[in-house]
Amino acid sequence: MNKPVLEIQDATLSFPGTTLWTGLNLSVAPREFIAVIGSNGSGKTSLMKAILGQEQLNSGQIRLNGKPVTRGNNRIGYIPQQRSSDAGTPLRAKDMLRLGFEGHLFGLAWPSKKAKGRVNHILNCVDAVDLADKPIGELSGGQLQRLRVGQAVIGEPDLILADEPLSALDLAQQKIVAELLDAERKEHNCAVLFVTHDVNPILGMVDRVLYLANGQFRIGTPDEVLRSDVLTELYGTPVDVVRNQGRIVVLGTQNHDHHPEEVWS
Amino acid sequence: MIFNFADYDQLLPLITNSLIAGALLAIVGGLIGVFVITRDMSFAVHGISELSFAGAAIALLFGANVVLGSVFGSLSAAALIGILGSKAKERNSIVAVLMPAGLGVGILAIALYKGTSANKFGLLTGQIVAVGDSQLGWLAGICILVLGVLLVIWRPLNFASLDPDVAAARGVPTRFLSLVFMLLLGLAVAASVQVVGALLVLSLLVTPAASALRVSRSPIWTPLLSVGFAMLAVLGGILLALGAGLPISPYVTTISFLIYVICRLIENQRGKRA
Repeated sequence: MNKPVLEIQDATLSFPGTTLWTGLNLSVAPREFIAVIGSNGSGKTSLMKAILGQEQLNSGQIRLNGKPVTRGNNRIGYIPQQRSSDAGTPLRAKDMLRLGFEGHLFGLAWPSKKAKGRVNHILNCVDAVDLADKPIGELSGGQLQRLRVGQAVIGEPDLILADEPLSALDLAQQKIVAELLDAERKEHNCAVLFVTHDVNPILGMVDRVLYLANGQFRIGTPDEVLRSDVLTELYGTPVDVVRNQGRIVVLGTQNHDHHPEEVWS
Repeated sequence: MIFNFADYDQLLPLITNSLIAGALLAIVGGLIGVFVITRDMSFAVHGISELSFAGAAIALLFGANVVLGSVFGSLSAAALIGILGSKAKERNSIVAVLMPAGLGVGILAIALYKGTSANKFGLLTGQIVAVGDSQLGWLAGICILVLGVLLVIWRPLNFASLDPDVAAARGVPTRFLSLVFMLLLGLAVAASVQVVGALLVLSLLVTPAASALRVSRSPIWTPLLSVGFAMLAVLGGILLALGAGLPISPYVTTISFLIYVICRLIENQRGKRA
């Protein structure tokens, strides 16, 4: 058995008035793909921030490669939500990858054969060779997220944290980016923690699901967790999990009526 | 007369100090300007320069070292803006509050000052020519310090400026870097105030970088072009001003502005071709 990449032990995070989650235990093995799902306000993003050391736990601890987490870590590859940047941003696709490779190191970024070779390799991997010289402000959402996957794996991280990387993409692009991420994490041997409100684009590649709701959580394979009885118990109100042509739709969650975008369709 | 090049060979040795100071400022201003723009801090630069003016004016009034007064004013402003205004919106309002306050204090100090008027307005609108030996020493020291630190933090600062969320996740100390950057900016502003004056600091710390960014997106060419443009504006401005006996700042700002216009035209031409 390999040593876990990430261990969350008895973790509690609460803000005045709400407990996001309590007694959370999760151990992530190398190469494991874990989906973190739950409705708005269930603490998905806070979990990610806690792993990045940007949010302090009330109790418990989080370890990365056996060591307590610090504020950011170069063993982590991070994929943010797609956000279009200003067209004038002086950052080309290949420069963005290079920042992912060695941007955290002090000093100047001299032209380097090693860095260039690495960037070219990744551009190939994410099928973006023709985008290399484009400023990121001119890329489409799907193109940018493909490069974000490349930027996350270029430093050979042990863990990839993906924060809703598919939101704002159309279905075809979601599929391309998700499959790319799956292939890259296998190629580069990293575990993935994938925060999303829609599990469908990644259903075929997920090993386990961490479902957060009502200050509680369930962990297990998609078949163990994404069931009407399990989610009904978790939410404390009747929830229907409907499977249709390989897709999963959860009906009746608390935000369902107010946030139609939360429906998994 | 705006241009007059008689006796030029006799005047030239008098401005060696100014030329050296100008070249150093061009390097620092050109480089730091790139970060000023990518971090969206142009307005903050203006605010810092008004407080730098206030510090210098107070130093002038009390017979203290003007460069030190200027440094003190701009570092206080930079620290305040850095601590209170981490978000762009907050920052802008803090700058807008600080700026007139600083300018007012500076004008009061200048009004009370009994010395020659050239010194007074030099702080606002730039020197005529002379940079004294001791002033040059201060300027050179400040520029070298800023340049040295900037080169050490260049890569992570660039990461934190262009891609802040990913940089923070990767362990880049983004808050520390932004504080260090504010201090470097404060020093660069204080040095620039000595030559082009508080009102025109932007022409040295923003315009060259803004011009470079119109024609290049390369992380290597953009800063180099920016320094080149700043150099052209400052040295050209000093040399042209020499003949006329006028402050150098109108020449510096005009050249700087023309470079910007030309860069925009080049960008438009490229856009049409593409």
